[in-house]
Parts: sequence; structure tokens; C-alpha cells
Amino acid sequence: MCPLPNTSSPHSSRVSRLVESLPPSGIRKFFDLVIGREDIISLGVGEPDFATPWRICEAAVYAIERGQTSYTSNRGLIAARNAIAEYLQNRFGVEYHPATDLCITVGVSQGIDITLRAIVNPGDEVIVIEPCYVAYRPMALLAGAEVRMLPTYMRDGFQPDLERLESLVTPRTKALILCNPNNPTGTTYNRATLEGIADIVRRHDLIVLSDEVYAELTYESEHVCFPALDGMRERTVLLSGFSKAWAMTGWRLGYIAGPRDIVEMAVKVHQYSMMCAPIMAQYAAIEALKHGRRDVEEMVAAYDERRRVITNGLRAIGLPCILPSGAFYVFPSIAHTGMTSEQFCTELLNQTNVAVVPGNAFGESGEGHVRCAYAASLEQIRTALDRMGDFLGALRPLENHALAR
Amino acid sequence: MMSRTVLQLVRAEGRLSAPEIAERLGITPAEAAAEVKRLHDEKVILGYRGIINPEKTGEDSVLAIIEVKVTPQREVGFDSIARRIYKFPEVRTCYLMSGAYDLLLLVEGESLRQVASFVAEKLATLEHVSSTTTHFLLRKYKEDGLIIHEESETERLAVSA
Repeated sequence: MCPLPNTSSPHSSRVSRLVESLPPSGIRKFFDLVIGREDIISLGVGEPDFATPWRICEAAVYAIERGQTSYTSNRGLIAARNAIAEYLQNRFGVEYHPATDLCITVGVSQGIDITLRAIVNPGDEVIVIEPCYVAYRPMALLAGAEVRMLPTYMRDGFQPDLERLESLVTPRTKALILCNPNNPTGTTYNRATLEGIADIVRRHDLIVLSDEVYAELTYESEHVCFPALDGMRERTVLLSGFSKAWAMTGWRLGYIAGPRDIVEMAVKVHQYSMMCAPIMAQYAAIEALKHGRRDVEEMVAAYDERRRVITNGLRAIGLPCILPSGAFYVFPSIAHTGMTSEQFCTELLNQTNVAVVPGNAFGESGEGHVRCAYAASLEQIRTALDRMGDFLGALRPLENHALAR
Repeated sequence: MMSRTVLQLVRAEGRLSAPEIAERLGITPAEAAAEVKRLHDEKVILGYRGIINPEKTGEDSVLAIIEVKVTPQREVGFDSIARRIYKFPEVRTCYLMSGAYDLLLLVEGESLRQVASFVAEKLATLEHVSSTTTHFLLRKYKEDGLIIHEESETERLAVSA
């Protein structure tokens, strides 16, 4: 047997020091606790509970039957890019040339990766608004950026404080990553906030990475597409994909749309690291865009009902939360229990078999919250709420005891 | 995005309590109850039914789809003969169709023989019925939007980003 190398040595050079320094995803850590348990009700999943609409699956099956199993051009099938450009124009009023301004990616995450690698020079700073999707900060660091975090709070409706945002901008600030509608808070940024951000972007000559993968899942007002704001088309890389609105997480398909100089550099990274997105998924996406509107609307109507049920339910059992206006997450505060987010989630899981995700997985300002996804059936949501209610009821005497001391 | 209407919700899911409708659509329970009452009063909603997997009930009823050609009558067209047919309780469904025949019926009986005798004695003998074609139903795959033999669901991860 070969002796194992000494991996504990602090000077080991077998792995990258930068990668080694990245914390594992907080979601992953919690996932390990969940694995192997039976009868779990999970509100911990960041994906639709719907299967991909059959017409979309069928289009992919047909593509395979026709022998469409090859590489595509690096940017993706021109027919798919045409369909995306048409969709973005009709749905959000933003214009992208399919030949030069678009690149189809393997999910939005890969789009963020290649965009950051396309724009970051050593020492550049990237601002990330927290709490946020787990991948932004690590990907920015891997691209060589320094990361500045802007926390947001429930008391402000998780809207970013614009003065504080501007105070983070330095001469080295290169880009800002937005996620609207937001994972994990379920917030949508209102037009005034977005105009305010656009103003800062304009004055400091920044680039915006606008992750709008939840754009279709907007319940109270029309989605405001960031590049549609005055002057933002040339400063924004729009990132979106098919995972959420069309229930296509496992297909791994997204796209970036932006000014051609940036997209051209991102395509360079993409062609060397990924070649292209899978062709059958691209054919599925064409079908999704051309004929999937009704499927999307039915799913959105179901999420809309569930968000009210889960918000009412959480408030009724004593967890304060904002009625989410986008995505499929609600982000209640558990601060009054005196537990950390991780303690709360671990105890909840151990005692009731309900899985929710600790808020600190999404950044420090998520501490004191948990993320509950309502991409689950109403029946599951109600059962989970009952169990959470029992769990909180059993805690109350302890809280009182703690107060008495 | 527009929320579903009470009618759309009830059409999709059947009878629901007013508080349930109210919570899901973001209206007050009083508004929900009033709208349900209006839909009933105006006979927009005619009734509620369960959708059953016939293979799991242990009952051996027989379903037949019957195409009926009729001679329309002056002034009343197809309505009068349709009424004579749909009043039979064996007729579960009755549609007027375009194309090669006029009325399409879904007829339920306890046995093949019973359905056959209904067709032979009641239906085919009616004045203005010129011919019938009976198709016995062998298996249901999908009923009113619900798939009857659904494959097992794939398991999702319990936690993901």
C-alpha cells in the first residue's frame, strides 16, 4: 500500500491555498446532516417540485432520436440564441444580438464564473449584496477579485442601503453582483432601489452582473430587468436560465447577455473550459421559450398561492417574516429563539424531520434567519408548518426560563 | 402576474373551504365565500366530483363511448333528440359533435350485456336516431388532466442551493 501523503502539513502544496481557504458551502454542510434520513419534509430545496413540462422533455427526446448529439458552436445553437433574444426583447424590453451579445451556459452559475473571469484583473474589487446565493463570493475570489459584502436586513425589507453601497465603492471597484428576485430572501428590488443602484453604477463606472434567474417568479409587480434601465444595457451582464421558471434544474442550462466586448471575453473562457452547453438541453430550451408560457404561468400561480399559505403559517407560529414578492423562498427570523440559525435548523431536523436551510449559509447577515423554500406541495408545507409549530411550542418554556434567569 | 380566480382554483381542485380559498388567493374569507355562493347561485359551478382510478375500486362497471347519428328536427335541431337521450341515467356524458356523427355519449353499465341492451332497446330504437356505433373502453390512461398510472417520482435532494 502506498503511504498517504501528509495532507495535514500547513505547507502542503498539493492543493491550491486559495481553494483550500474557501469554506465549503453552508448548504452542503447541512445536506450531510440530512442525508440518509427517512420521512423528511424538505423546505430546503432550491428547485421546483414540478417535473419539467413534458413538451420540453419531449423536444429533447426528439432531438436525440434525430441524432442531435454533437457539439454546438461555443455560444450555443443559433436557433436557441435567436429564441432567447426574442424572449428577452418581448418579455423584458431588452435587445441583444444573437450572434454577438449572447452565450448559452451550463446554468447561471457557470455564466457567473465565466463573466467574472472575463472582467476581473488582480486587485479588482467586486461588491456582493448579502444574504445571497452561496456561489457569488467563492467565484469572485476564484476569479482573483477581492470581495466587499453589503449586508441587507429584514427591517429594510432586505433592500440594499444605497448610501452604504456607495461607501463600499473604491477606485478599484470593478463590479456589483445583483440577484433580483432574491435567493434566499424572496425580495424583489423596487424600481427606486434599482434606479438608485443604476445611478451609483453610472457615476463610478461599474459593471453589473444581474442574476435574474427568478424573473418569471414575480408575484406583485412586473419584473424590472436591470439592463432595461437607462444607460444600463452597456454596463450589465444579464444572467438567467431555465432551471427555475421552466423547472429544468437538472438540464443545466442558462445564458449570459451583455455588451459584446465582455461577452466575447466570456465566450473565450467558455470555449476553453466548457466547449458548449449540451445540445439536447438547448433543443429543450427552444421548445420552452416557444411553447412553454402556459406551463410557466401555471407553476407561478401555484407558487403564488403557496407563498401566502407559508407566510401566514410562519407568522401564526411566531416566526416574523416578509411576504415574499419573488422567487420561491421565504426568509423568516428565528432570532427570538436565542438559537443560531445552524442550531435551529439542526434541532428542527433532529426533532421534527423538517429540513430548512440556515440563513448564515447565505452570508453573515443571513444569521438569525432560515430559508424555507415553498417549492413543495401545499400538503407538505402545511405538515411542515405544524411540525415547526410544535417545535417552537416546546421551546417556549425554555425561552421563558432563560428570561427569568 | 395575476392570481388565479376563485373559479380557476375550484375548477382545478374541486370544493375548497372559504378560508382556504382566501388564504391562497390573498382575499378575505368573506369575499371568498361570497364569490363561491355567486358561482353556485348562477349555476356556473354545477357540482363537484372525485376522479377515481377505476382499476383500484374493485368494481366491474363497463364504459362505452357511443357515436350516434341523428336526423335533426325542424325548429329544435338537435336539442330535442339530445334531451331524450341525455335524460337516461346510463348516459354520463352527451356532446354534440361536428364531423361524421352527431352525438357522442359516454354510457356506463354494470356489464357488457347491460350496455348492449341499453343501446339496442332504448337508444337505437328512438325515432330520429339513424345509427349508432359502440366502442367499449378498455383502459383509462388519463382522466380529466390526471394521469392514472404515473411513474414513480424521482427523488430530489433534500437540501440544495
